[in-house]
This record gives sequence, structure tokens and C-alpha cells, in this order.
Amino acid sequence: MRDFTYDRAAATSDAVASASDEGASFIAGGTNLLDLMKLEVMAPEKLVDINRLDLHDIEETDTGGLRVGALVSNSDLAADRRVRRDYAVLSRALLSGASGQLRNKATTGGNLLQRTRCYYFYDTAMPCNKRQPGSGCAAIGGQTRLHAILGASEHCIATHPSDMAVAMRALDAEVEVEGTDGARRTIQMAEFHRLPGDTPAVETVLKAGELITAVILPPPPGGRHVYRKVRDRASYAFALVSVAAVARMDGDSIGDVRLAFGGVAHKPWRDDRAEALMKGKAPSDALFDEAADLILADARGQGGNDFKIPLLRRTLKAALSEATQMGEPQ
Amino acid sequence: MTLHLKLDNPDEENRLDHMAQGVIGTGANRPDGALKVSGQATYAAEWQRPDMAYGVLVRATVPAGKVEKIDASAVEAMPGIVKVITDPKLLRVPAQGMADAAPAQGNDEVLYFGQPIALVVGDSFEAARHGANHLSVSYLPQEARLDPDAVQTERPEGKQSSQGDLDGVMKTAPVTLDEVWTTPGHNSSAMEPHASMAEWDGDRLTLHGSYQMLKYNRNELADSLGIDPKNVRILSPYVGGGFGSKLGISPEAVAAALAARDLGRPVRVVMPRQQVFETITHRAQCRQRIRLAADETGKLLGIGHDNRVYNLPDEGFAEPVTQATPFTYAAENRAIGQEVATINRVIAGSVRAPGEAIGVPIFENAMDEMAEKLGMDPLEFRLKNIPETPPGQDIPFSSNMLAEALRDGAEKFGWDKRNPTPGAVQEGEWLIGMGMASAVRVNMLMESKARITLTAEGATVETDMTDIGTGTYAILTQIAGELLGLPMEKVTTKLGDTDLPPGSGSGGSFGAASSGTSVYLAAMELRRQIADKLDCDEADLTLKDGQAIAANKTHALADLVGETPFEAEGHIEPGDIASKAFQATFGSHFAEVAVNRHTGETRVRRMLGTFACGRVLNEKTARSQCLGGMTFGIGMALTEEMLFDTRDGHVVNNDFAEYHLPVNLDVPKLEVHFLQERDPYANPMQAKGIGELGICGAAAAVTNAIHNATGVRIRDYPATLDKILPYLP
Ligand SMILES: Cc1cc2nc3c(=O)[nH]c(=O)nc-3n(C[C@H](O)[C@H](O)[C@H](O)COP(=O)(O)OP(=O)(O)OC[C@H]3O[C@@H](n4cnc5c(N)ncnc54)[C@H](O)[C@@H]3O)c2cc1C
Ligand code: SF4
Repeated sequence: MRDFTYDRAAATSDAVASASDEGASFIAGGTNLLDLMKLEVMAPEKLVDINRLDLHDIEETDTGGLRVGALVSNSDLAADRRVRRDYAVLSRALLSGASGQLRNKATTGGNLLQRTRCYYFYDTAMPCNKRQPGSGCAAIGGQTRLHAILGASEHCIATHPSDMAVAMRALDAEVEVEGTDGARRTIQMAEFHRLPGDTPAVETVLKAGELITAVILPPPPGGRHVYRKVRDRASYAFALVSVAAVARMDGDSIGDVRLAFGGVAHKPWRDDRAEALMKGKAPSDALFDEAADLILADARGQGGNDFKIPLLRRTLKAALSEATQMGEPQ
Repeated sequence: MTLHLKLDNPDEENRLDHMAQGVIGTGANRPDGALKVSGQATYAAEWQRPDMAYGVLVRATVPAGKVEKIDASAVEAMPGIVKVITDPKLLRVPAQGMADAAPAQGNDEVLYFGQPIALVVGDSFEAARHGANHLSVSYLPQEARLDPDAVQTERPEGKQSSQGDLDGVMKTAPVTLDEVWTTPGHNSSAMEPHASMAEWDGDRLTLHGSYQMLKYNRNELADSLGIDPKNVRILSPYVGGGFGSKLGISPEAVAAALAARDLGRPVRVVMPRQQVFETITHRAQCRQRIRLAADETGKLLGIGHDNRVYNLPDEGFAEPVTQATPFTYAAENRAIGQEVATINRVIAGSVRAPGEAIGVPIFENAMDEMAEKLGMDPLEFRLKNIPETPPGQDIPFSSNMLAEALRDGAEKFGWDKRNPTPGAVQEGEWLIGMGMASAVRVNMLMESKARITLTAEGATVETDMTDIGTGTYAILTQIAGELLGLPMEKVTTKLGDTDLPPGSGSGGSFGAASSGTSVYLAAMELRRQIADKLDCDEADLTLKDGQAIAANKTHALADLVGETPFEAEGHIEPGDIASKAFQATFGSHFAEVAVNRHTGETRVRRMLGTFACGRVLNEKTARSQCLGGMTFGIGMALTEEMLFDTRDGHVVNNDFAEYHLPVNLDVPKLEVHFLQERDPYANPMQAKGIGELGICGAAAAVTNAIHNATGVRIRDYPATLDKILPYLP
């Protein structure tokens, strides 16, 4: 670990001011950052501790949604009565992630910004465009079980590991941030994370030193909420594929449906075309297959993760059957 | 006085069954348990000295080649760095179990990615780690052999055997099977990583380490350093799991000792988890081919078991994959063989029941498949083929309760409720199946010594034997307590110190039997001394609750002992017994699984094991051993796999986030049963090994259950969902 200076911020304005220094990084729960610092995958010169900031609350918004402070722990967010009732997909996604101990420390802001679990990203002896731009991508041609099937580039095939972010993407959440100038802006979840392109080191649209202050959930979408996470062991493993599905029925047909996917791309994946296709139609195996066809049209495996293509289809269909109460798909 | 026994003949006295204290066999708590859960048991990485320095090993980042130059200057100029040690005595690999001499040393030649080539020593751990991350090393890379499937293999002569004509019977038998399976690399995954703190006093080295077999480790360490073993003391009283990974001295110990000598101050070296994966012995990936031939009645006519493992150049170890095959089932025509590839990959060695851990489950998969071909119940098929005596040998089994274990397990599990048609049972989106397998593991006895000192206060047991989490403290205390008539609180057991009489060490499930027998012998010698004092026969002496009863008179043991403590040493040696009867332990595994019909995820719903391993010395620790074995069986079946990069051979998933051990939610209710058994050929306690039996076969119960649930035969372990997905509806 490289030596670093430590600054504890008392107000968001202090935090952003302090973080405007070159090489500064915020630290929240530290569950991701500290691991990466020990390995020197990340080597900030300065840590700005934001844990004392007043961002620990979940408040109702004027429009009937919720404003989740950036420091609300994953455990507290999952257990919140309103979240469990109105945003069950989020609560379930959170509870499917990490372990009880980690969720107690992990924060809402930190979870959004957790780095990929690509094995090669973690090993500083390996070339990695995300860790060291321009060095190459060791994952391509290597072990790719964790890697992307959608939206990857020749420069990086990593996935975003968060479960929480997948549910937030399905819920059309917004990320509220405060800039170094003290001004706040909001960013749609759809825009927040980036695809790797030729700059995989740039993972979000956050500007240097910007602080996440909250995640804003729009008014409850209603409907049935399903979060289905498929993984290599029953608990404490990252998603191979996950599906967040929220569906509201309108009589016998699908009134509204939202779908987001984890474990398959550099960001929580969503495909508006598939949702539009299903709206107003009666749920059926064939319809779900058609939706899967659309979503997977450009899917590409890397060898070790080829199975994710059929797995995504099957998981999607199972989640949709449950969310639309169609009964067991065939 | 030493009571020495060379075990040439079976025990005829079964003395433990005639004692009065009533502590042997009970599920007594571990004397060390409270210390451990309250943090008072000091593990190797916790040793601290005021002037101690911290070392971090630097790994090679090429799979093969020469180290051209290690440029220490930049690192040595960093704040907090004391020195970069590049001594050619640094270990290239850890020693194999019972090597008793230094393993390969030297840092000029690189044989695998991850090989330690330098030690960076700092005033703090953080400084040393930072230095280690930045040490500049240049290599002259050489071509590496990375793919065990692509390189030439050897067939060591001693590893091939055959009887009759297997090829012939494979052509003529009405029912045959010929299939190939693979198992991946496994890491021992002891919770406590490898750690050593070395300090010198003149010529004398004291090492606080985490090791399984101290009498060998002392010689290995001394030989590595080029010093007299008399000048080496290793302390290893608490070990946070070994599973084979701490059998031999490993690079951190030698590095710590070298640095401490060089710097004249104590040095501690702890391996980060990633290094444990990259440097410490792993179980080699294995390919197994099984051939079976049977007549229509299900009688086996032929058995073939061939396998391919690998290791680094010059490493003698090749996992004895077929160890149980010669004696588990009968068949007249047999062929057993092994091929070994030489590749540039982290050293292969003993991991969790080397041999049977992967050999038995694959064989049991084949048995399941063969039963299906024969249209027989898998249980019946096994029962039909249990041999009367070990095939091809003219000696009996010392005891063989495989049939009883199979029947007992089947009954307790409810095997008769199994629907034999694959895929027939469904609950919601889950496909339900049941599977079973035999459990088999050879039984061993090793030379071992222990001392007991009896004073007015109680008894002290001393040996350099280790407790690697298995319960050695408990059982040795119980053995002494039972024979000397003392409650457990009156017996203190001291372990893990090479200054004490050399025990067997922990490995191969022989620790309890071997070390236990040395304690037994020491206690018997003390009983004789007490009997002498009371002028009676040892056999007529009753010792209970600190009282000695002889000829209807009761004496307080404390009075008898008086001022001069009684002291005795016990010394067991294996002797000639192995030529009189063949020893093994047996059991059965049953599992019920649910496989998700959408995603292919498998969850074990319940699992049951019945085991016969001679006398059970402590019901609770014995059960815990089996629970651990079965849990690792679930890991082998479903989740554990070392991923190697095909381009440089490095271990890709080198931490516990991505090397998937089963977690709590993967492990359902596990039921463990023991059959009443005494084995007079094993040792005078008539107890046998338990530790490893629980894993041997366990994975097959799970994968056979997957077949029953889905019709899918898992050929490549582990049974991750991608292997099942293509066959789901
Ligand atoms: C073994 C293991 C298993 C896990 N399994 C899962 C899993 O299954 N699913 C899952 O979703 N997650 C999983 N996680 C990841 C876990 O959810 C994240 O580590 C956690 O959410 C990060 O939150 P934190 O507060 O600890 O972030 P930190 O480690 O403190 O920070 C992470 C990053 O976010 C930045 N940051 C933090 N807060 C802010 C803010 N308010 N504004 C701007 N920048 C900020 C930091 O600078 C840093 O770069 C796992 C983690 C581990 C270690
Ligand atoms: S996939 Fe991305 S994170 Fe992984 S090695 Fe390639 S560039 Fe690095």
C-alpha cells in the first residue's frame, strides 16, 4: 500500500474541496477501495473520508419517491420498510449481494462505484487497459467466466459487479452529485455508467472530485418485483447473470415492464426495445423468447462465458414468468 | 521409562474398553476451544517482538526462465525498507509432506509463475508490501510447458499394475463402461495463511510457524539453512487448518529465518492469500479413465482405472489417485495406471485426502453409471461386489464394514424412496434427485512418541504433535485421562514444540491413531508404575477420579505420587502388522439435490454419511471431521476449481472471492453416523483414521444425485451450471 494522507470531511462542501486535490479519492465503507489499495490496483495519494457527512438518511421526495443518502448502508437500504414495500426489486437485489458483514459497511454511493471483479484487473502483473490505459487486456484470450457478453469492446470485456445498480437501473433511478464548485446535478442511471469503448478506465460520467450525495428513486412503479441472481454458489458470489424485472399487468396483458441485467456488461444493461415489444401483449413463452432475441441479438461470448447467452435467456424467461404470473415457462 | 511397541501383532487386550473414567469416546469439549474463540490462542502471524521487521515475498511473473537481474536499489531507497533479501537459499517450492530435507532452493531459475524470488523486509508490513510490489526484476524468459494435455507424459513403472486380461474382458463382457472424467486443481484453503516469525539467539533459531509435522519440518528448515537441526526449534501450538498445505516447510519460514539472521533482528513473514494460491501445493488437475465390465447379474469382471496428473520438474509427488481401487470392489481382471506430465505450474502435492479424495468419487460415478446400464439399484450393485478379502492379496481385511455402512446409510437416509428414473421428480422449478457413493480411505500408523508426567496435581502430556483444528488436544487429553483415571481438567496437553518428544505429526488421518497410541503407551507405563507401588498387577488396577483402587483398597493418586513425579514415555512403531491384514476405513455417502430447471444451479438439500473407523475417541471432534469432509465434498462437486491462465500458467482466481469454497448456504443439514467398530490390527486403542474419510466419495453422492435429478452425467468437475444447462428442457 502506498502512503497516503487522510482527511475527514465534515460537510459536503469540505469533501468536494478536499477531493479536488490531484490523486484524491473518497472513502466510504472502504470494502472495495481498501482491497484495491492493498494490491496497489488503486493508489490514491489522499483519502477523503466522507463517513461523517450528513448523507445517512432515506427521505420521501415531493413527487412521492425516495431520496437515498449516499452513505445509507446496503443493509439499511434493504431493510427500509418503504423500500421493501414499494421497491422490492431493490431490496432483493441488495440482499443477494456480498455478505451480511459487507452489506453493513457498504454504502449506496460506494456500491455504484465499485470496480469490476475481472481477475486480471486485480493482478498488477497483468496488462489491463482499465488499470493501466494502453497496456492491453489480459482477459481477452484468458479466463472469462465473469466477463461481458454485451457492449464489450476490444479494449475491455469487464462487467460491472453491482446487484444494487441493476435494480436501480430497472427503477429509473437518478444519481445526485455535488461538484467541486458546490453545485448539485442529477444523472440518469441510464447515463451514469459507461460502456468501455476505448477508454475502459473511465467508468462513469462523474467528473473528477464529484461526490455522490444521493440516489433518487422515482415514485413506486407498482407491479410485481423480481430479482433473480444466478451464481456459482448459493451465496457470496457475484452474478453470472442477474435479472431485475418489474411488471404490472393490465388485465391479461402486460401493462408495463422494466428489465435490467447484471453480470453481462460494463454497466447495468437495459434494452428499451424488448420492453416496448412486450407492452400490451399477453405474456407467453414465445413473447419472452422474442424479447430475449432482441436483447441478445448482438451478444458475443469470449469462450469461457459463452454459456451466459443461453443463461440470460433462460433467466429472463423465468423472471418474466414470475413477474407476470404466467406460471412456469416451458 | 519408555514403553515401546512395535506393532507386529493385533492388539488382544482392548484395554480402553476396560477403564473406569468414562471420558474416552465422549463428545468432550476441546481444552483449547475457549482460548481460540476468545482470541487467546496465539497463531503464527500474531507473534510480535519490539524490534521485529516484516518481510513480504516477491513472486516471479514469468512461468519459466532465468532471473537476469534483481535491482534492489530503488526499493531499498524507499522509506521504511530495511533490505531486499535475494539469498539463493530461498525456497523455490514448499517441501512435500515428510520430505525431511530441504526442497528445491534458489532464485536464479524460474520454474513457475508465482515462485518466490526475493524477500523485501521493512520496518512495517505496509512498507514491505509496497516495496515488494515495486521490486524491479528482469528475466530471460524460456519456453514454458503449460498445458498438461499437450505435453509428453511418463508412466512411472511402480504406478502400473494389472491382473488377468482387462482388455479381453472389455470385449467379451455383456455390459461394459469406458469413460473419462476430469477434476480441476484444488487449493487446500486453510483459513490461516502461511506465516512464520523467526528469531535467532546466537546459533539457535526459534521459529513460530504454522506447520503440521514438526519433526520433519525442523529437519527441512535446518537443511534449507545449512545448520544443525539441534539448533532449530519450531513452535506451532495452534494451526488454523492445514489440509496438506502445511505438511512441509514452506518459503515464508526459510525467508524469515534468512532475513532474521542477516539483519540480526526477528522477522515475520505472512503470505497474503494470493500467495498461498500461487506458491503453496495444490491438488493437480486430473484426468481419469475408468473401465468396468460386468456379467448380467451385476458381478464385476473387470476394473480399469487410469489417470493423468502433473507436477513441476523434479517433484516426485504424484497423487495416488487409484489408491482405493485395488481393494474396494472385487473383479478378476484389473488394470491400474498413472501418467505424469511435467509442467511449469505451481507445485502439486497433498491436499485433503490425496488419492481417494478424487479417485473414489470418480470411481463411484462410474459405479453409478454402470448400475444404470445393468438396470440395478446402485446400492445393490455395490453390495454385490464387495470382496471377502483384498483382491490379489493373501491377507484378510483387518475389518471391512463397507456393506454395513452402505445399508445403515441407505436406511437412515430413506434410499428406498428414490425414484430410479432420472428427471422424474420435480418440485416447482426444481428437479430433485438422490445419489449415493461408497467412502473408502486407507488406514495408516506412523512412528510417534509422547511423554506423560504425573504429579500430585495431575498429568501433563507432551509431544511435538500438532492440532491443526482437528481436536488433538481433546483426544490426547481424553486418552491420558481415561487410562490414568483423571478428569480432563486434571490433564494438561502440550503440543507443537520440537523440544518435546517427536510425534507422528498431522497428516494422512494417522495423527490420532499414531500420536494417541504413544500417549496410550506412556499412560500404560504409568499404570504399571502405580501398580508396582501398590504391589498389584496393572490389570487389577482401577484408576478413577484421581483414585487408585487395588485389592479393594482405595488410594489417592496424589498421595501415591508424592513429591517425585512419575514420568513415562510411549513410543509406537508400525512394525510388521501390515503384512498380516489390510487396513482401511469405510463408509457411505447419501445426498439429495435440487437442480434448477431454468438455470442449472444445484443445491444440496440434505446429505448423510455413515462411517466405520474403529473406536471413536471423541464423538464431537470425530463428527466435526466428517462434517468438514462432506462440506469439502460439496465444494468438489459443485464449486471448487482453480483456474489457470493458459498463456502463463498463473492462478487466475487466487482469492476466496473467486475460488469458491462452499459457504453456509451451500451446506444443508449434514447427518453423520458412526458404526461401532474395533480394529485390533490398527493399534492398541483399536481406533482408525477419520479425518479424511468424510471427503472420500462425498462428491460422487452429489453428482450421482444430479444425474438422478436431471439425467446429466457430470464428466468435468465441478458441476457448475454451464455443464448442466445444455441438457435442461
Ligand atoms: C468478497 C466480496 C463480495 C462481494 N459481493 C458482492 C455482490 O455479490 N454483489 C454486489 O453488488 N457487491 C458485492 N460486493 C461489493 C460491495 O457491494 C462493494 O464493495 C460495496 O458496495 C462498496 O461500497 P463502499 O461504501 O464500501 O465503497 P468504498 O470501497 O468506500 O468505495 C468504492 C469506490 O467508490 C468511491 N466512493 C464511495 N462513496 C462515494 C461517494 N459518495 N461519492 C463519490 N465516490 C464515492 C470511492 O472513492 C471508491 O472509489 C462484494 C464485495 C466483496 C469484498
Ligand atoms: S477486461 Fe477490462 S478490466 Fe479486465 S483485463 Fe481487460 S481491460 Fe482490464
